[in-house]
Amino acid sequence: MSQENMNSNIQNYLNDFEKLGDDVKSDWFSEQRQSALSLFKETGFPGTRQENWKYTDTRPIAKNSFSNTSDQSISITTDEIDSIRFQGLDCYELVFVNGIFSKEHSRIDGLPENIVIENMAAALEKDSDLLKKHLAHYADSKVSPFTALNTAFIQHGTYINVPKNTVIEKPINILYLSKESAQPFASHPRNLIVMGEQSEATLIESYIGLDDANYFTNAVTEVSLSSSAILKHYKIQQESLNAYHIGNLNVMQGKDSRFESNSISLGGSLVRNDIHGQLAAEGASIVMNGLYMTNNNQHVDNHTRVDHLKPNTHSSENYRGVMNGKSRAVFNGKVVVHPQAQKIEAHQNNANLLLSDDAEIDTKPELEIYADDVKCSHGATVGQLDQDMLFYLRSRAIDEETAKSLLTYAFADEVIRDIGFAPVRNRLEYLIVGRLPDAELIREFTNE
Amino acid sequence: MLNIKDLHARVEDKEILKGLNLNIKAGEVHAIMGPNGSGKSTLANVLAGRNGYEVTKGSVEYQGKDLLELAPEERAWAGVFLAFQYPVEIPGVNNVYLLKAAVNAIRKNRGEQELDAVEFLTLVKEKMKIVKMKEDLLNRAVNEGFSGGEKKRNEIFQMAVLEPKLAILDETDSGLDIDALKIVAEGVNSLRSPERSIILVTHYQRLLDYIKPDHVHVLSNGKIIKSGGPELALELEEKGYDWIVEAA
Repeated sequence: MSQENMNSNIQNYLNDFEKLGDDVKSDWFSEQRQSALSLFKETGFPGTRQENWKYTDTRPIAKNSFSNTSDQSISITTDEIDSIRFQGLDCYELVFVNGIFSKEHSRIDGLPENIVIENMAAALEKDSDLLKKHLAHYADSKVSPFTALNTAFIQHGTYINVPKNTVIEKPINILYLSKESAQPFASHPRNLIVMGEQSEATLIESYIGLDDANYFTNAVTEVSLSSSAILKHYKIQQESLNAYHIGNLNVMQGKDSRFESNSISLGGSLVRNDIHGQLAAEGASIVMNGLYMTNNNQHVDNHTRVDHLKPNTHSSENYRGVMNGKSRAVFNGKVVVHPQAQKIEAHQNNANLLLSDDAEIDTKPELEIYADDVKCSHGATVGQLDQDMLFYLRSRAIDEETAKSLLTYAFADEVIRDIGFAPVRNRLEYLIVGRLPDAELIREFTNE
Repeated sequence: MLNIKDLHARVEDKEILKGLNLNIKAGEVHAIMGPNGSGKSTLANVLAGRNGYEVTKGSVEYQGKDLLELAPEERAWAGVFLAFQYPVEIPGVNNVYLLKAAVNAIRKNRGEQELDAVEFLTLVKEKMKIVKMKEDLLNRAVNEGFSGGEKKRNEIFQMAVLEPKLAILDETDSGLDIDALKIVAEGVNSLRSPERSIILVTHYQRLLDYIKPDHVHVLSNGKIIKSGGPELALELEEKGYDWIVEAA
């Protein structure tokens, strides 16, 4: 693509930004948006010459002229949502359709008085010192042009504030649903979760394409954990196979806080997930589990980064990938141990299963260690289905295709079975088995 | 039941079987003995259809069919069972469900009604007694974390559940202490029947103290060089393999 085309597509975003107009109430927010836009204007979309984007070419996103002004007329039926909901799960639920909050379908009534769960647009309207203190403080527009773009377009999304010593018993389920619109569209969901001291919550973010629409989701989630706060976070990415998904998750962690991330990528044509955890006080810990399954021409890139800023902090990461067809996946796990961060532990593992000759994985662990009393480990493997296991199953009357499916499932299940939250675990088992041939038979192996 | 004629097979570029002949009738138990490297395990793997074992000459006829034409699972459907020398661990695949899938795959391919969960569990409970399988092993992943003895016992347990017509036991006795050996042998003996043929591949005579074969064959350098009755095994135990290899 020529430079000129690239610029004209940036222009498209600049024009749409002008249309956002007068919904902004407060100066601080207006300034934040404006400076983010300026940054994006300056950098444009990232190119593959940048180390961070070496394996992921964003030109397919850049060359599209997505509409950033959402079409309010797209509606969704209760039946459509019910097919996606966790059956029988009592939860708070926020539903967004093509990036726009749907009050009608959301269920956030009956919240205890001190807890806030609301649409970001509503929170911005009310304005608050807390919002000002946290919003756009953890997701850095300088690090990713996509974060800058999201910040410029902040409107809809989820704002959650859990005050200190509060435990939300019910999980919070956020559904970002997308379906065909008159024009290909971009949405920029923005989530902010502020967890007070010793607070606890479970959050599920799902990004789901309801058909094979062409669209671009550019999501940013910021999390702030005060001391001893615990957040369990699940992200399930099932975008349309014609969709682009860029997701940035940024976590700032206080003393003895614990963040658990479970990131599952199944959909999308071009996908990039970034997670950045900052262990900014002693005793903070982060766990990152991930699973990506790709087929056909899908491209899925997972980048994670953990900064051990203080002593006695812990991180552990376990990502697995299954690539089929001509698909390509990227894993990059960076751990930075800062000079004063002694007695930390950081463990990382990435295992990959290639099911076809044309599938590809680029995996790269990156450790930067500036302290001397640390415990770090990392490992990456790339393999194919084990021939001895395959023969064993076949000699036990299991036909070749089923045997392959079974072993693939068993590989992916290493991540899934560690998921503590049963509704999500069951959903994922169902989703993943459903992607394999002979699903019924394999389901029989696990769900009786 | 099984008729092997002039079988030649190689692994990679190395010829291992060099003209093996063997005829097994229904209900018979044959022991195949021989020194290390004589081709015993190769024979077992060729019969089960493992990749990488290339048959270059000869034929194997099983129940009137060309066994070598069949995929491993098709052999299993037809009633062939291999008890592995080194059963592989398969993390994430549950033992019980593997067995259920195996039983039903076989039934389906024979045009029989598949077993439901209750019928299957009744069958499993009955067969567990044969090899004194502990119930907790059943619900674990296939062979994962099993001791050597438990793995071998699991093989015989699977054999009991699948009720093959031709069972090939590849060094099932190796690595077993005397108590485990007795349990495994009792299990095998209980599965002897006029319709079922069994091939015992073994290095030592020890197993044959507990499972009495109808015929004993000595395999050396890819060929059967001597055949006889159970007394041949005792002779081998006493004199070793050298005299017979030299005589051949």
